[in-house]
Amino acid sequence: MAKRVLTFAEQREGKFKKSAFEAVRTGRKISDEISAEFLALVIGDENATKLAPELGGYGAEKVIVVQDDRLGSYSLTAYSKVISEVVNKYDVDYIFMSATAMGKELAPRVAGKIDAGFALDCTDLKVEDGEIIATRPVYAGKAFIKVKINSERKIYTLRPNVFTAGESDGKPAEVERFEVNLTDDDFSVVAFETVASTKGKLDVTEADIVVSGGRGLKAPENFKMIEELAEILGGAVGASRAVVDAGWRPHDEQVGQTGKTVSPKLYIAIGISGAIQHLAGMSSSKVIVAINKDKDAPIFQVADYGIAGDLFEVVPALIEELKKVLGKQ
Amino acid sequence: MKIAVCVNRVPDTETRVKIGPDGKTIDKSGVNFILNPYDEFAVEEALKTKEKFGGEVVVISLGGSENVEVIRKALAMGADRGILLKDDSQRDTFSIAKALAEVLKELSPDIIFFGKQSIDYDDQAMPSLVAELLGLPSITVVVKLEINSDGTLIAEREIEGGREKVRGKLPIVIGAQRGLNEPRYPSLKGIMAAKNKPVEEREAPKFDNKTEVIEMLLPPPKKPGRIIGTDASAVSELVRLLREEAKVI
Repeated sequence: MAKRVLTFAEQREGKFKKSAFEAVRTGRKISDEISAEFLALVIGDENATKLAPELGGYGAEKVIVVQDDRLGSYSLTAYSKVISEVVNKYDVDYIFMSATAMGKELAPRVAGKIDAGFALDCTDLKVEDGEIIATRPVYAGKAFIKVKINSERKIYTLRPNVFTAGESDGKPAEVERFEVNLTDDDFSVVAFETVASTKGKLDVTEADIVVSGGRGLKAPENFKMIEELAEILGGAVGASRAVVDAGWRPHDEQVGQTGKTVSPKLYIAIGISGAIQHLAGMSSSKVIVAINKDKDAPIFQVADYGIAGDLFEVVPALIEELKKVLGKQ
Repeated sequence: MKIAVCVNRVPDTETRVKIGPDGKTIDKSGVNFILNPYDEFAVEEALKTKEKFGGEVVVISLGGSENVEVIRKALAMGADRGILLKDDSQRDTFSIAKALAEVLKELSPDIIFFGKQSIDYDDQAMPSLVAELLGLPSITVVVKLEINSDGTLIAEREIEGGREKVRGKLPIVIGAQRGLNEPRYPSLKGIMAAKNKPVEEREAPKFDNKTEVIEMLLPPPKKPGRIIGTDASAVSELVRLLREEAKVI
């Protein structure tokens, strides 16, 4: 019998995340390579049904929707039950999700329910002799492991920003409703309110461009430069552990081994020397720029482009230049 | 209240990773091992919970006999007793989770704390998976936790670009994130006292791995970058390169 692949496409507040499209496209691509049937799954309130056809543009011909008013708010316990029931009902062999805040806690719970092995936060998936070989970072990216899952059912979560979603071809997917019987007990934990850290602030793990500052900035108020630069570039603000430990910046901005691991297309490190635990968190960025006074700082070893100068001169000049060329006067 | 906290022993963050002779794990020679940094937040929260509600804090760790070090550290911080699940084999997350779940089931704590992830394999799966195997709810990446005396609780967990508030109730599993608290340093008195606190050693129950590491690789070396200048005059060249060569802005 043909194998089945299911991608859980995450939506929050009536919008798909970009990483959901990446997971759908990747799921479809792998399905084709192993000659499997591909399904996508959307969970939520009536928004879920409205959104589902959009996944067609990313390669899903059929989308299963589990709609329930109570599923409008994310509940780890209810969502993991829904996914497991869909997996059982549709006899799914391979499950893909995004390694987002939601996917990272859902995947292991689903794995526990359906007795599946998993490879989480994957940065590459290859099919060799009909088997999926997953590559995932360990030690915060200081090394990688290639993993094969030997259980019958297999779960993979994909690191956001790494796999390509491509452009939608606009083809709507066929939508199939599936009912799951949910009781109050299934909602033993439920998210009831979201608090944005700053209005409209981009998370470092989701941003295409990250501008990070370190101790070289000398004082917390000098982060205004970093914020301005990030804003001009449409990016997110990151920080080194030193400045987070000093209380200059919130810990959700920390990039590095005990903070967040990022792989944006552009990472700009300003006043960061490049401690090994910081490099681990950002060295998989596609292009790295370093601005630091000390030309021997380790950050220059991973940077594609560097300016070994005084950031208090270089950064304002960079802001002006970017305003000019990007037309944001 | 019966409180459990699971801890792991990991290479410290300054470690330069080298691949070991098996090609599948790191070379441990010369590596300094520490209590997993996120587990410090878990231990601290366990102690704070005990201070509020009374009870006992049990520390559990699975690994070789050297894992006693991290149990002792948690005991020095103030935990009451430890359980070492001895095992020297290479286990995957699922197999470790099953062994932990078996022991935790027997303890049946009201609340179980983990660090949100272990900074070695980084898969952030342990708290959720152990909770599922125990049939308990879980909340992970928790930066704020308020437990009420009736057992209901509200946690805040980090999500992309903010936090979400999650309602739950005991018994529950919590994955602690940096920001949840400020871990205390073990006092000299605490360190002395820890030497006399009981640590029970047991063989870890055996379970099969579901995954197999084929090989461990170092990241491909980056080709050396260019220093394009030493002052603000290099800025226009930098912007040109980012636009025309790297094509990222």
